[in-house]
Amino acid sequence: MAKYRGVIEVDTERCKGCNLCAVACPLHLIELSTRVNHHGYNYAVQPDQTQCNGCSTCGIVCPDGCITVYRAEK
Amino acid sequence: MQTDNETLLLKGNEAIAHAAIRYGFDGFFGYPITPQSEILETLSLLRPWETTGMVVLQSESEVASINMIYAGGSSGKCVLTSSSSIGISLMQEVIPYMAICEIPGLIVSVQRGGPGLGTIQPSQSDYYQAVYGGGNGDYHVLVLAPSSVQESCDMVGLAKELMMKWRTPVMILSDGSIGQMMEKCVLPPYTPRRTDEEIRRECPWATNGLGLKGRKPNVSTSLELDQNLMEQRNHALQAKYMRIKQEEVRAEHYMTEDAELVIVAFGSAARVAMGTVDEMREHGHRIGLLRPITLWPFPDQDILTLASRVKQMVVVELNEGQMLRDVEWAARFRCPISFIGHCGGVTITPDEITHKVGALLSQG
Amino acid sequence: MESINIKSPQNIVYAKPRLMNDTNMHYCPGCGHSVVHKLVAEILDEMGVEEKTIGICPVGCAVFAYRYVDIDWIEAAHGRAPACASALKRLWPDHLIFTYQGDGDLACIGTAETIQTLNRGDSITIIFINNAIYGMTGGQMAPTTLMGMKTSTCPYGRQADLHGFPLKISDIAATLEGTCYVTRQAVNTVGNIRRARKAIRQAFENSMQGRGSSLVEIVSTCSAGWKMTPDQSNQWLADNMLPYYPLGDLKNTVDNK
Repeated sequence: MAKYRGVIEVDTERCKGCNLCAVACPLHLIELSTRVNHHGYNYAVQPDQTQCNGCSTCGIVCPDGCITVYRAEK
Repeated sequence: MQTDNETLLLKGNEAIAHAAIRYGFDGFFGYPITPQSEILETLSLLRPWETTGMVVLQSESEVASINMIYAGGSSGKCVLTSSSSIGISLMQEVIPYMAICEIPGLIVSVQRGGPGLGTIQPSQSDYYQAVYGGGNGDYHVLVLAPSSVQESCDMVGLAKELMMKWRTPVMILSDGSIGQMMEKCVLPPYTPRRTDEEIRRECPWATNGLGLKGRKPNVSTSLELDQNLMEQRNHALQAKYMRIKQEEVRAEHYMTEDAELVIVAFGSAARVAMGTVDEMREHGHRIGLLRPITLWPFPDQDILTLASRVKQMVVVELNEGQMLRDVEWAARFRCPISFIGHCGGVTITPDEITHKVGALLSQG
Repeated sequence: MESINIKSPQNIVYAKPRLMNDTNMHYCPGCGHSVVHKLVAEILDEMGVEEKTIGICPVGCAVFAYRYVDIDWIEAAHGRAPACASALKRLWPDHLIFTYQGDGDLACIGTAETIQTLNRGDSITIIFINNAIYGMTGGQMAPTTLMGMKTSTCPYGRQADLHGFPLKISDIAATLEGTCYVTRQAVNTVGNIRRARKAIRQAFENSMQGRGSSLVEIVSTCSAGWKMTPDQSNQWLADNMLPYYPLGDLKNTVDNK
């Protein structure tokens, strides 16, 4: 069992929907929304917020710095 | 380090090197080219980095030199470069960047005969290059034209004052004869280079990181994709040029008060023409000399005033008549204007001018 | 919904770097430039040198780097950033001076300035983004374009007889006396991003310690120019770029053990 739980917060107006976070997430918890932001991009979302362990991979690969990662001990 | 004036026998080029150190410049970046290499050579010999802390660097090209002073000036430092004709051509790449980014910097241009590699003999055929520029866009460089070794030295101080005051590139337009001739030169006392704190206070626009936590970042950029904003920046630049035109025109009047014929010449040609004036005055001819000291801004008003009063004007230049166009424009056809000149590195003698001016006087 | 409860500042383990501002970057989705900008902002903050730093932007896609990272910047003419850096380091010897350049800027129009600056040994850092194409001008051939690779000016693929060969400028840089650190990194995976971060930090330390010039090449992507998705680009980079531009240190004279 993972020792940590985490959650991400996406700056949806900054996100360009490049999908690199979704590809990089080791737990496959990120996908692109069906909605678009005001630039017209499908932004990243984390539909299931209970599985994330706050590993930060998505944040590191996000080119635009849209993702804030929170992590706390379980 | 001496704090007083010092009098030395120097070449014009050497005087510029001494003056740059003494006026407290922070750096020189240049590339060898005849007939101005003595500037870099003298600085290398004087080793100012051990005394005033002034940086001296032989760059890889004139293109690099001008970029070095663009960056140095942008960071609030007082920097200069020097070159000759074809080297100045290479520098045209970045002079417009300096103009629109309002970066101070001194460019010393010691002209030789052109076009192309041309000769290494003195010429004034880079008047257009200096005054109208070869770079892109609507910009000007403030151009100072020395006609003696002493003036070459003094103009380094004046150029420093003007470039920092107006945040603009300034050019000293010398030539092979002023650069190579030796004369007595009174060097100024040493002015200390500014401290970082002084730079921070005097140049709040500079891109040097100093005090960044208490201000917005400074950026030097000429790029503006929004054409309306770019036009605004151009308008602001032109407004500055208008103020420079009002405040910084300099010209020397030599015996023009009662003159019937006025010679207009700058730099080394003016020096030769002055001999003609003296000689012809001795023979009772009422002739004078107007010597533009700033080529941009040009002394339009001085020319117009004289043109309205004298019988004729003669423009003497070591080119095919470049400043001639500015004189004609400024004179508004108020009097006939003739031209005497040589190009390609051939210089002119007082006798030749005297002979030709004499002929013009007898026709008149 | 209990996850919401951990969204408090003390639990932040990753966020946009402090020195990166809120301006939306003009880069295409998934662009490697943005990743490297983030690394630069993070490292400058970490080193606490923002009041002693001058960045120099290139001409190319990174021309607007100054809009995103809140330090003082100079926007140089095409290829001339290293000359600017040389002058600045000499005039401000205590400062961190770095250039940020792409392949066209650094390895084509600015080759002379790049080689000369590195060879002078000025303690500056050059960050070199190599995506094998001219991005800003619309996907033309770069000095680093791979053999056979298609661009708008070699639409049938790069051919030696028509276009010459791709330039490994970092390999040349490694032979110069003036360089203390030449490394080739990539930002296509989280592991590579971490290694690239370490390399940039190392280069910046070298610059502050006056050890000589450092060149950090970052093999990167250009989804728009390569006409692929960002993910496909990262894969293409691994399959095609890295065999020709292998990762790792090409030179490191600094003993940092």
